[in-house]
Amino acid sequence: MYENPDGVMIGLEVHVQLNKLKTKVFCGCTTDYHNDPPNSHVCPVCLGLPGALPVINKKAVEAAIKVGLALNCKVEEHTQFYRKNYYYPDLPKGFQITQYDFPISSGGYIVIEGEDGEHRVGITRAHMEEDPGRLVHEGTIDKSKYTLIDYNRSGMALLEVVSDPDMRSPKEARRYLDKLRNILEYLDVFDGNLEGALRVDANISIMGGQRAEIKNISSHKGAERALLYEIVRQKNVLRRGGVVVLETRHFDEAREITLSMRSKEEAHDYRYFPEPDLVPLKISGWAPAIKETLPELPDARRMRFVEQYGIKDDQAKSLTGELVWANYFEDFLKAYKDEYKEKLDPKLAVAWIEVLKGELNYRDLTVDAFKKEDMLSILELLVSKKITEDGAVDIIRTLLDKGGSPDEIVAEKGLLKVEGDIVSTAVEEAIKENPQAVADYKAGKEKALNSLVGAVMKKTKGRADARAAREVLLGKLG
Amino acid sequence: MATINELKERIHAGSSEEIVAEYLERIGGSKLNAFITVAKENARKCAKEIDSEGHDGSLAGIPVAIKDNISTKGILTTCASKILTGYVPPYDAHVIERLKDAGAVIIGKTNMDEFAMGTSTETSFYGPTRNPWDLDRVPGGSSGGSAAAVAGGEAPLALGSDTGGSVRCPASFCGVVGLKPTYGVISRYGLISYANSLEQIGPFATTVRDIAMLFDVIAGYDARDSTSVDKDVNYSSALKNDVSGLKIGVPEEYFGEGTDENVNKAVWNAIQKLEDLGATRIEVKMPHTKYALSAYYIIAMSEASSNLARFDGMRYGLRAEDSDWHSTFSQVRAAGFGDEVKRRILLGTYALSAGYHDKYYLKALKVRTLIKQDFELAFKDADVLIAPTMPYPAFRLGEKIDDPLSLYLADVDTVPINLAGVPSISVPCGFSHGLPIGMQVIGKHFDEATILRTAYTFEENTDFHTQQPEGL
Ligand SMILES: [Zn+2]
Repeated sequence: MYENPDGVMIGLEVHVQLNKLKTKVFCGCTTDYHNDPPNSHVCPVCLGLPGALPVINKKAVEAAIKVGLALNCKVEEHTQFYRKNYYYPDLPKGFQITQYDFPISSGGYIVIEGEDGEHRVGITRAHMEEDPGRLVHEGTIDKSKYTLIDYNRSGMALLEVVSDPDMRSPKEARRYLDKLRNILEYLDVFDGNLEGALRVDANISIMGGQRAEIKNISSHKGAERALLYEIVRQKNVLRRGGVVVLETRHFDEAREITLSMRSKEEAHDYRYFPEPDLVPLKISGWAPAIKETLPELPDARRMRFVEQYGIKDDQAKSLTGELVWANYFEDFLKAYKDEYKEKLDPKLAVAWIEVLKGELNYRDLTVDAFKKEDMLSILELLVSKKITEDGAVDIIRTLLDKGGSPDEIVAEKGLLKVEGDIVSTAVEEAIKENPQAVADYKAGKEKALNSLVGAVMKKTKGRADARAAREVLLGKLG
Repeated sequence: MATINELKERIHAGSSEEIVAEYLERIGGSKLNAFITVAKENARKCAKEIDSEGHDGSLAGIPVAIKDNISTKGILTTCASKILTGYVPPYDAHVIERLKDAGAVIIGKTNMDEFAMGTSTETSFYGPTRNPWDLDRVPGGSSGGSAAAVAGGEAPLALGSDTGGSVRCPASFCGVVGLKPTYGVISRYGLISYANSLEQIGPFATTVRDIAMLFDVIAGYDARDSTSVDKDVNYSSALKNDVSGLKIGVPEEYFGEGTDENVNKAVWNAIQKLEDLGATRIEVKMPHTKYALSAYYIIAMSEASSNLARFDGMRYGLRAEDSDWHSTFSQVRAAGFGDEVKRRILLGTYALSAGYHDKYYLKALKVRTLIKQDFELAFKDADVLIAPTMPYPAFRLGEKIDDPLSLYLADVDTVPINLAGVPSISVPCGFSHGLPIGMQVIGKHFDEATILRTAYTFEENTDFHTQQPEGL
């Protein structure tokens, strides 16, 4: 049982951009604007020109339902759009089309790895809305002399996923975000690598006090940092005999602190009312068909990996934690069999995929930086005992740093494992040349064996298998 | 005045350019102030093309005047507001696309109450439009420019918009025909919203046949308006001189206190005329009519307060001195909106505010449901309803402009129709001291065919529509 000593309660509102859709949520403009000049993908609708009307993108609704179902939510019978009225230059209509009563889905949950094992975080609701434009400042927002507005982003479909206040630590909040992102990627509705793809507002209270809402968090790490800071701040307020007030705070990502923006008493009155230009959507019939299209989700896949491939649970978790690696693993096993007409041991595969992942991470590279065929060749060399494990690592590193092909590298570096009699010769020489070590070993100093193995490896220029060398040594030393 | 069929004969002989020139000349010498923008060059060019290349559209070469709240690509569109100074839309409204496809010639943009908020066309930033029957009187509103243009012979056809009577009121005051279609029949794409859930674009003409011809062109489904309905109807073919067996419902609530004696008389005479032609009259009760006006204004103002939020001077229209965001948009809105628009934005904002939302906005929605039920019940027995369009004929310029409440009360007979979303056509049915009187024929949802037939039969057997204002 996790005791939660500070009585921390965290709820998150996550704005997810459904950026894998082809078009924006209420017009036909493309969502593929990230490499184009500002205001080049706009039309009367997403610019809010007088007289233009929104039309709902059915694919966006389907994607939203898909997410709702994956988050174990109930999909409502019918859903409706509302206007949230406020003035801001990034909002070309002076209101945002969002949902209020009758959100598209509600009452679900996500299971995360909590402070004390599996922990269930409730999903209050997941509702659709449109993204505003993007404000661009020269330098920082408080020093800039002007604001530029890019409406390319205006009208992108957003899904706001609102959780219950069920997280009890910043770490759990981060795990929740990781898991949510993981699920969204499996659903193929979201590319987390694009700018502004996922934005977080966090609500946090301690000791049953009032909550603060922290806005403007743009990364999972940022969320954890902001919440850690906020717990310390609220504890300090209490320790000084003060009261935590209900307020909105801004997260300053650079300084890793939160700053008061406005108290809730002076909060906006958004004057929500049903959007007259969009008719209520009957979606009760949509869910069953969409449910059919739901892919296997991370938790299910993790369990299957353990069962089907006999790999360890934390290996399965690590693989399924990123869709690209989960797919890589299964594709790799299949490709190996196709190529070499022989089944590859999944345990061996996962071990070497982890090595590759580590090398890629170290270099800040993605999986695309390494050819799958190269990895297949390396595994074949290992399986047929033509190279050593050290040799395999050497090949991976060389390929990443210098390029080439595994065969070339093997040839250039002489990495082919040497034959047994050469090892025997090297062992004999090593024994002859290191009498002190031999004596030490015989006197019971186990460690002396290591220096003898080292000597053998040196003589074979690392091409000998260290384990094999050790065995031959033991045999000769009696 | 020439009908569309007469004009078409002349155009067939290759004289669209000549016709356009005649109308432009009349507009040029007019005292009505019916137009904000006269699209001279555009009109001449289009007419010339029609004459030289020919066009098989049903309105080829016919000039049409457009209310200035309908988006026209390349032609100034102001909603008669200072805040849209210099706004030239980059796109055409759906109805404009349809008109262009049919070969119609856009002759200009007509005056209106600012953002369609009014009953007299006196709130226009570009000055009031005058009534062709009496230049000291209002043409009605808010589509006063369109109605006056048609009545004054400055355009054979015009488009207006009707949120709470804005087509029918000026049609009635100016002695022309005006139709408010069923909600959803004409796409609102490109109509600059005042109150989205209530309004429809509607046609003006001097005869029911001409109305039907224009209506046939602009009605129909448009995927860009989610409230647009897919109904394929030919309205011109519904025009038969026959009302035998037609059941006319007469709601007594529309003939109540405050209705001018001559208006009452003219509408009753019209009903009698239709009975003589074979229709039967039944009484219907519409008990919630008395609540319609308050519900209408709350809903319309609430929607307007949100619709007009986009006019912040950032992207188009009036601009203020560069300053910070809050002062810039406040300055633009303070300088750009007229008093009536500000009043409605304030009232609508209030009605939607936390603490008042349920008391006003939600209650108004409930009343709206009751009004709809009134119509559903009435239409169980009646095929059409007939009532006065306006409780009185055109009033004097300046007579009511300083008394907003009495102006709002003038809409008493028109707003229930918008709340219910049913169609209604106003046709001339008499005169009072030389001023036209209009009656409205109200129909079931999507049953424009029956109200057009009723209005057509009435017109074929009377001569009110043939009378013209003198001295223009
Ligand atoms: Zn767009």
